[in-house]
Formats: sequence, structure tokens, C-alpha cells
Amino acid sequence: MTTYIVRRLIQALVVLILVTLIVFFVMRLLPGDPILIYVAQTAELEAMPQERIDELRAEFGLDKPIMVQYANWMAGIFRGDFGTSIFYREDVGTLMLERFPITIHLTLLSLIVGAIFGVLAGMLTAVRRGKWLDKIVTPLTYVGLTIPVFLLGILLIYAFGVKLGWLPISGYTSPLDDFWLSTRQVIMPVFCLAIFGVAANARQMRSSMLEVTRQDYIRTAWSKGLGERAVVMRHMLKNSLIPVITLMGVSVSIILGGSVLVERVFAIPGVGSLLVSSIFGQDYVVVQAITLIFAVIILLVNLIVDISYAWLDPRIRYG
Amino acid sequence: MPSIPGSEAYSSDKEKSMAELLKVENLKTQFHTEGGVVKAVDGISYHIDEREIIGLVGESGCGKSVSQLSVMQLISTPGEIVGGEVIFEGQDLLKYKTHGPEMRSVRGAKIAMIFQEPMTSLNPVLTINQQLTEMLELHLGMSKKVARERAIELLGMVGIPSAHNRIDDYPHQFSGGMRQRVMIAMALSCSPKILIADEPTTALDVTTQAQLLELMKDMVERFKASLVIVTHNLGVVARYAQRIYIMYAGRIVEEGTIKDIFGKPRHPYTIGLLKCIPRLDEEEGRKLVPIEGLPPNLINMPPTCAFLPRCSYKVERCFQEPWPPLKRLHDRHYISCYANTEEKTGEPTER
Repeated sequence: MTTYIVRRLIQALVVLILVTLIVFFVMRLLPGDPILIYVAQTAELEAMPQERIDELRAEFGLDKPIMVQYANWMAGIFRGDFGTSIFYREDVGTLMLERFPITIHLTLLSLIVGAIFGVLAGMLTAVRRGKWLDKIVTPLTYVGLTIPVFLLGILLIYAFGVKLGWLPISGYTSPLDDFWLSTRQVIMPVFCLAIFGVAANARQMRSSMLEVTRQDYIRTAWSKGLGERAVVMRHMLKNSLIPVITLMGVSVSIILGGSVLVERVFAIPGVGSLLVSSIFGQDYVVVQAITLIFAVIILLVNLIVDISYAWLDPRIRYG
Repeated sequence: MPSIPGSEAYSSDKEKSMAELLKVENLKTQFHTEGGVVKAVDGISYHIDEREIIGLVGESGCGKSVSQLSVMQLISTPGEIVGGEVIFEGQDLLKYKTHGPEMRSVRGAKIAMIFQEPMTSLNPVLTINQQLTEMLELHLGMSKKVARERAIELLGMVGIPSAHNRIDDYPHQFSGGMRQRVMIAMALSCSPKILIADEPTTALDVTTQAQLLELMKDMVERFKASLVIVTHNLGVVARYAQRIYIMYAGRIVEEGTIKDIFGKPRHPYTIGLLKCIPRLDEEEGRKLVPIEGLPPNLINMPPTCAFLPRCSYKVERCFQEPWPPLKRLHDRHYISCYANTEEKTGEPTER
């Protein structure tokens, strides 16, 4: 098992280096100049002398050849230095520490909501296949899979924020500062982020439960005189979970992607909204840092998913 | 129904055994499919006495497994038990709700079942211990610790070497034969009155088959249980069963003791079955004769005898009258046939 994990981590390192290469060079292929964008936003561009602009460019190391810039950036990362944001004039590492906890908070909540409600809905619709519950919930999962999150966010804000006034329409408060306000603020964004996971997990769980229901060992379980609860929870659940766990791994990347939109809609100062503004501002190092951290998270999640297979199914062994 | 001299109707005055344990009367199970209604079990009646071993023999798709699953109420949609009675300990099991507490207290505890596929009949993600003890805890109210001790003991009885080391293994760490042994241990763990073995050895190799049948026989003797062996292989039941029921197209066509069935088979189907298995006590060079044709489609069954198109004994009456009910030949030997098969028995069919 340890050998397997070490091997996977080495593979992950290779993937990460590829990610740094791609994000670094693709960002620089985009038309535009981050220094000019920054200057244009803070002062009159015409009034700025060329020397000052060159000075700024040198300050951020953007005057050097592109390969040297890449080497400097990579060297910085290994020292724990992610560089300095052009726009915020702030250390990127500090910026990440401010913004990432917010996104992680939303992502974890969405993941948990998606897992619990998705698996529950899938189990119930499978066990009550063809009954009214199944007939209502299963069509709803199509809606969950297809609805665009930004549209859903706006609809929710309109309904629950503006019309009913039940929930705050935007903003974010740390749960450590004001737990009640924080919870009320995250309900709608988490709903938006989790809906895909709930729907996808429910559908996958339903179909894999139905598959498991037909297995011989389930007939054996019934033949032992076990009740429905024991048959479902002991004999079906673990067997049905493997494809769902795979999907949960995938849904982490979907939630992180969705956070870009959802944080925008609900004005949440997480990395999602930071990523959007940094791309528009061509704030190279910030985009690079966020992408890199996203990549690390997704690689780790995939590793955890693969390890959990062995826990779910004793026939799977890693060596 | 016109009566035939020397025979009585099946159910009217059949001698009642004092120790009759399970009595199935006119059981009907159907499957509702897109193509139509499949009459998988079409009114079968049989019984089993205490500590008796019976065989239920027929080819694939004749409804033998379905009939046993119906007794356990393990038929799932689109299947449905549409009629009949299953009398066990004075109660009609079919009156119980499928997953109600009464039925569940019978299933596993009083009537247990072993299935055809040992490779897939055990849950792959639970240990042998978990799968063996859950029944002991449920039906006998044992604690986890006591149940584990008992489970190890049971595994030892069915011949799993060093059972205390193997108890926490998963099914995939066992071979097919070993898994079927585990299934036998599991089925007998709550000392059921009846053990139903649905093609228990079909998926195993021949040497293992013999061992397992011996084991099953010893075990039911030890647990004082009755045994129903469901098989398509007459050879399997020949050694162990006391009485045999021959099924064809959802019905029982012949019933009798081992001596009756193997010595004086009377239904054309049974005669056909026996002609296609080799015997050691016969002259060399006899050709094995397969039964011509195919079993009927169970959806559009003719009102006449379903074996008619394949039968070499057919008489005029077979075409005109519906499938005859079982009639008594003598003692415990019954057949469902109009033809006089006695004369031709033993002669090879002209081909």
C-alpha cells in the first residue's frame, strides 16, 4: 500500500510540472500586458512616463526572457514563495491563505451535502423503484444535472433573498466569527455548488443499487430472513458505493470549477472570484498559484478515491 | 375427467404421511414479460416428510428453481405467485407478507436454501464471519462472540481446515467448492427443518460435486433436516434421494420412489431422460438417445400435454384432451400421461 501511494505521489509530481508549464505559457499567450492593465486601472495611462512602466516591469521580473521567468517562478515555489500579485501588490502566498479557506469551506460543505443527499436519494429511489418517491425524485435529478449554476444562483437570490427576504443575498462571514450569519450566507451558494453532486450521485447510486439488487448474494441475504434494512444497509450499500465514490472524486473538480461562477454571483471573496478577476487583470502569478493549488487538490482527491476502493472492496489490492 | 381403470386421482386419496413437513398444493408462479405471461410453475403439488431427501428433476427452464424460490417467497418482479398453498407447520406460507416478520422468521431459520452459483452467492465485501453470524444473531439471538464461536464450529463441520484462521477471510479467498461448503454451513446454522439445495453442485467440477453431495447428506442427517435437491442431473439424485419428482414445462409429470423412477419409469419424458444417461449395469455399445426437439415456450402453452411434440408414445387421446393430472399407478408412483408406456418401456425408440 505504501509503495503504491509513493508511486502515485511521484506520478502526481510529473502531472504538476506539466500543469505549471501549461498554465505559465498559456497565460503569456493571451494578448495584453498586465503592467499596462494595472497602470490603466490606477492612473491615467497617458500620464505615466515610460520609465515608470519599465521600472514596474522590472520589479515583477517581466523584463526577463520567458524561460528565465519560468525558472524563477518554479524556484520560488520550492522555497515557498509564490511571487507578488501585480494587482494587489501583495504576497501571493498570503493572498492564498486569505482566500482559500473560504473556497475550501464552501467546497467541503457542498461535497458533504452532495454525498449525503445524493446517496440517500439514490438509495430510496432504488428501493422504492417505480413508487411515487422515485417518480418525483428521479426526474428532478435531470434538472439538477442540467441547470446552469449561475442561473440557479440568480433565481435563488431573487426568490429567497429579494422576494422572501429569508437569506442574505451575498457576502461571506467566517463561521468562526459569526456561525449563524455564516450559515445563512452559505446556504444558497452551497445549494448551487452541491446540486450537481446531489443529482449525479443520486442517479449513479440508484442505478448501481438496482444493479446490486439483482445479484445472487442479495437473494442469499433475503433467503437468510434478514429484514429490508439489513439487506440494504449491510449487503447492498458498500457494494453500490464504488461507482458513486468515483463520481464524488469527479465532483470535486466540478465544484471547484463551479465556485468560479458561484462566488461571482454571491460576491464571495474566495479563490473562484479571485481567479476570474486575476485572469481579466492578467495577474500571472495569482492565476498560476490558484491553478497549481487546484491541481494539487484534484490529484490528492483522486488518490484518496483510489485508496477508498480498496477499503470498499476487499478484492482490490494495491501493491 | 374420465377415470382410467386401476388409477385414482392424485390428491383425493393419497395416503397421508404422519410426519409430513411441507406440503405444496397447486402452486402457480408466473412472470409478466413483454412477450406475454410465462407460466414458469403451473400448478405443482408435492410434499416432503421429516428427514426425507427428495429430488426435483427437470431440464433448464422447467420451473424447478422457480418453484423452490416461490416456497421461500423469493420471487421478485416481474414474477408473481398467482395461486396455490405452501403448508408448513400448519400455516400457509403464501398468506404471509413477502418481507413480513412471519415469513422472515421462517426464511433461514426453518427453511434454508443453497443456491447454484457459489461464486456469486456470497457477498464479496463481507467476511465469512459477518455473513455466517448475522443469521445466528438474528434468529437465535446469539451475542457476537458466541455467534463467532458457533460459526467457527460450523465451518469445521463442513470441512474447512483451520476454520478459526479462515473465518475473517473474504469469499474471494475461497475456492468454489469451499464457498459452497460455507453456504451449506450458513444454511444449516440455525438448524432449519428443510434445506433446499438449488442445483448445489452444477457449477462445480465433478470430484467436488461428489464430496459436496456426501457432505450435504451427512449434514442434513446430523441436523435432522429434510433435503430438497433441485437438479437437472438424475445421477445426482439417484444416490441420495428417497423420492423423485420429474418436472416438465412447469408441471410435475412423474413422481415416485427411486426404485420406481429408475426401475420402472412410466412417463415418456422420464423414459427419455434415462435413455440419455449412460449406466454401468448395461451391455456395452448401447447408444445414448437424446430426447428430440426442444422444450416448449412457456408463454403460449397449448392446452394439451406440453411434451406431446417430443413424445414417441403419443396416442390419439393426447391430441384431444388437456394435460392429464397426476394419476396413481401404485403405492407412491404417479404419472401424468394418457399413453400406455408400460409395454414399450426398455425398448429403444425407432429412430
